[in-house]
Amino acid sequence: MIGKGAGFVADLQAKTPLAGRGPVTVAGVSLSEIALGPMTSIAPYKGKVAALSEALQRAHGMAWPMTGKMTGQMTGPEGTWALWFARDMALLIGPVPDPALAAHAALTDQSDAWAVLRLAGPGARDVLARLCPLDLRPRVFKRGQVVRTILAHRTAAILCMEEDVFWIMVFRSMATGLVHEIETALLRFAARHVSC
Amino acid sequence: MRLDCPICGERDRREFYYQGAALRRPAAEVWGPDWDDYIHNRENPAGVTRDLWQHEQGCGAWLVVTRNTVTHEVLDVTLAAEMGA
Repeated sequence: MIGKGAGFVADLQAKTPLAGRGPVTVAGVSLSEIALGPMTSIAPYKGKVAALSEALQRAHGMAWPMTGKMTGQMTGPEGTWALWFARDMALLIGPVPDPALAAHAALTDQSDAWAVLRLAGPGARDVLARLCPLDLRPRVFKRGQVVRTILAHRTAAILCMEEDVFWIMVFRSMATGLVHEIETALLRFAARHVSC
Repeated sequence: MRLDCPICGERDRREFYYQGAALRRPAAEVWGPDWDDYIHNRENPAGVTRDLWQHEQGCGAWLVVTRNTVTHEVLDVTLAAEMGA
């Protein structure tokens, strides 16, 4: 309980978008939630990309991410990194943005807006292929790449972290439904690839 | 149909939204036949046509797509920002 005046108010606990839904593993492919730190979208003002990249380097030690790429230290939930997020937009994950960046770009807090899922395992690409029209062949969608696409009709970003490890970002409000879709895809994948 | 987004590469049609014919905005500040055409009159060609598409479920860019309505060929995809459209 938190003291307020003469009384107390409830001590509020932050909940992740999928709090309470444990990890699932089917046929060697696992789906789990990742809680990342603060997220901020960075949209550079016209002609300011070079100045912004310098400011980003000074403040957070990373360059402006090129199209479809990530920069910085992606060490998992404790990482300090940025990923390409759209035309002329990047998403900074980890640190609270240095105020100096605001001179070159519009900064918007996205921390609570996105749910992040991790889909990992040898069949992860086959599971994604059931829900997404992207070319998912390993020689096309490689480690270190970010794409914006649709996943089960939802606006999503998919990050290829390892050959068979993907991080999926969707709007928080769509997370529960997406998990249902992915779980269904996992079961269908298993039905085809695992003999009983 | 797949469109080759200059930013994202070749993507499925479902990621894009059709935004209408790609027309050049008339320069005149006053009403005239040019503006009448720009606002109301559209060609419906059997053949090559140019439209605006937005990669709304991808990078967000507006694109000028040249395609053939008879053969369904996509002939060219260019960023609208680069064409002054």
